[in-house]
Amino acid sequence: MSPKPLEGIRVIDFCVVWAGPFATMLLGDLGAEIIKPENPNVFQPLTRGPMARPPAAYLANTIAWAGGMPRNEPGTRPWDYSPTFVSLYRNKKSFSVDTRAPEGMEALRRLVAVSDVFYENNAVGTMEKLGITYEWLKSINPRIIMVRVPAYGSTGPYAHGARALGVHLEAVMGHTLLRGYDDTDPSSNSAIYSGDYLAGAQGAFAVMTALWERERTGEGQLIEIAQAENAAAMFTQAIMDYSLNGNIQGAIGNRDVHGRFPCGVYPAKSPGGPDTSDDHWIAISVEDDAQWQALAGAMGSPEWARDSRFATNAGRAENFREIDRKIAEYTSAFEDYDLMARLQAAGVPAAPVLEASRLYDDPHMRARGFFRKQHQLSSGEYEYMGPMWQFPETPVEFYQAPIMFGEHNDYVYRELLKYSEAEIEQLRAAGHITTEYAPNVP
Amino acid sequence: MQALDNVVVLDLTHHIAGPYATKLMADFGADVIKIERPGGDIARTLGPFKDNTPDPERCGLFFYLNTNKRSAVLNLKAAAGRDALAALARRADIVIESFSPGTLERLGVGWQWLQQVNPKAPLISVTNFGQTGPYRDYKASDLVLYGFAGEMYSMGETDREPVKMAGTAALFESGSAIVVALMGALFAAKRHGIAQHVDISLAETHAGGVDRRHATTIAYQFSGRKTIRVASQASGMPTGIYPCADGYVDFTNATLYPDRVDDMLQHPDWNQDPRYADPVQRMNPVLVEEWNSHFLVWCLERTKREIWAEARRARILCGPLFTVEDMFEDEHFRGRGFWTSASHPALGEVTFPGRPFIMGRDGWEFRRPAPLLGQHTAEVLREAGLAGPAIETVIREGGAA
Repeated sequence: MSPKPLEGIRVIDFCVVWAGPFATMLLGDLGAEIIKPENPNVFQPLTRGPMARPPAAYLANTIAWAGGMPRNEPGTRPWDYSPTFVSLYRNKKSFSVDTRAPEGMEALRRLVAVSDVFYENNAVGTMEKLGITYEWLKSINPRIIMVRVPAYGSTGPYAHGARALGVHLEAVMGHTLLRGYDDTDPSSNSAIYSGDYLAGAQGAFAVMTALWERERTGEGQLIEIAQAENAAAMFTQAIMDYSLNGNIQGAIGNRDVHGRFPCGVYPAKSPGGPDTSDDHWIAISVEDDAQWQALAGAMGSPEWARDSRFATNAGRAENFREIDRKIAEYTSAFEDYDLMARLQAAGVPAAPVLEASRLYDDPHMRARGFFRKQHQLSSGEYEYMGPMWQFPETPVEFYQAPIMFGEHNDYVYRELLKYSEAEIEQLRAAGHITTEYAPNVP
Repeated sequence: MQALDNVVVLDLTHHIAGPYATKLMADFGADVIKIERPGGDIARTLGPFKDNTPDPERCGLFFYLNTNKRSAVLNLKAAAGRDALAALARRADIVIESFSPGTLERLGVGWQWLQQVNPKAPLISVTNFGQTGPYRDYKASDLVLYGFAGEMYSMGETDREPVKMAGTAALFESGSAIVVALMGALFAAKRHGIAQHVDISLAETHAGGVDRRHATTIAYQFSGRKTIRVASQASGMPTGIYPCADGYVDFTNATLYPDRVDDMLQHPDWNQDPRYADPVQRMNPVLVEEWNSHFLVWCLERTKREIWAEARRARILCGPLFTVEDMFEDEHFRGRGFWTSASHPALGEVTFPGRPFIMGRDGWEFRRPAPLLGQHTAEVLREAGLAGPAIETVIREGGAA
């Protein structure tokens, strides 16, 4: 087997929620060893689920992607299989330690001494309270690279106290007012987390950039990713329109930000309604006049589509609501996949808007071997989303199923940190080494 | 010194996702040589344009996506253009392209060719659906990709069509996934001597990414539950978007911290009902509605900035809904040096977002604005060892200086 790109690099994952764990997952996919210290006496909500021991009624009332546990039951180890956790914790290792106690900090100190990267995305102030600063890490290991992901940065009026998930950052960066239907107020916008994607992936990039630099200088460094600043790039068109012209863009639904028509989501023949997630839709975007002609042809060149007003983008822009209505009349008679095949054959960009479970049945995703089976002892075997890139010579492998709490205590304390059997017994007695959250943790 | 200033990237990408990835490389020091087709990158034809007037040298999108790069125009359909590409590829540490599958092979400059010209250089290919599979030749857009593979289905109102993210956010997400692969391929080449042809499907960058689809899919596998499209997931106190005196604020407090909320509100009588602090009762929609009717009044009496200040004081998750103008003028981001200004020959003085993150050493720098079309053709070909007459031929066939 080929060596992986980042083989031999060890990363401490002191991360919470999504943005940090996504970064370390990508590094793990590329071969780095990711080790997550986990505190058995403190439950950080939204990382291993909403709470350590959520009541069944609570889970049932929570949106599927947060509350949909195996067999719809909390089971005995709910922290091991929250849907928001499992898909970010493959290819990592977990060990338990309470870093609020001196002997816990000693274990972390030993780990820092043999690691390359320390990655954290906690609320500003959390690490300082624990006594974990870049200066401390550097005093132990001058080659360490520390990444911090404060919501708004470590300086400025919002640095302290401003707590944020991706959704709040996007509000501040303008996204919430820029997305959604063009005829409703923004309070109907569903919560999304694109900022976590950006900061997470770029966090992995930042680590590799610093590692690349370290090969020349031999020294580590501190990196700050202010998540809000990082996320702003996604709205480049709106930002540059304001910067260049003073225009303040607003929500335009599914229309093209570059003004090419038609572009939208149209109804397809559906086996059921939205209440059971059985409504089907197709996304179509026409990028030039030739594609418009191709779309008209694929629809059988109906008389309305031959209207000379629609031959140019300017004409289509002026009449887009009428065009959208006509396209919707046409598409609603077809199965979404049949339409995709028909429109793509004519050279028109189109695909079904897939409800999540349907992605598993997609023949293209199947043909590319995208999905990966993983067997976790706590939950069983399921199919997970695959990696974001295909490397033929150093393939991304899912060699470790989503980590169970404390699963690698043995490896970390014995093999890596060289604790003696007597010391391990002491740490176990003091509650550091365990595979469960303490009984008093809700 | 900059972290990546010993890396040469031969960049044959166009549009948004690929160029965003190589922009990040260039911003941290890489020498990114952007190959444009005669006529230029299609991003030059997309807005926003200065004064709302289309002009390939006055496009805000292209300006942002191509900082710190150099542009060379090559006509790859002509032998001189391909020879020039070979000369550039010999000096490159990595090559990246975003043509539709098979295009480079048809031109005779695909992976096999690169292996002969420069066996050490990895090749990253970025396409809509990947190099293999039944959809490999399908066309796509930001909307089509996000609808197919991202979590668009559950966004919007139940009775209406799913609605996407703003702008081309999905393509910027993909760009961030691509730059990780670029570095991964560079490390494999540098540390292990492995040069490989990496296949990136933009669809897979969404299906495998972090923005909810990772969780909606596994939640279905786990429980059989689907993620219904609902406009508001306001199941907390407070959670969701609330109107206020001058706009809107977004709160998340699904299950937790009733004491902090009480602190934010400064302990009004109406919030002292013990049911409001019970984790299970707090999930009851009727109770949530009752609580929200009080909370809404509190919001409407305050501005978004006032509410955010109170939320920060009480350590509650909250964000005001800023317009682009609010964000652009905000003192926090200005004070931190987030915005950068630069002079561009066709756009004049331009203000734009600077560093994506701050490195303690050898990090982000602005060295040059986005290139004019073919601005560096002669320069980079001279560096690659081409003689004057050969360069002239390339430029003539490229139709640009």
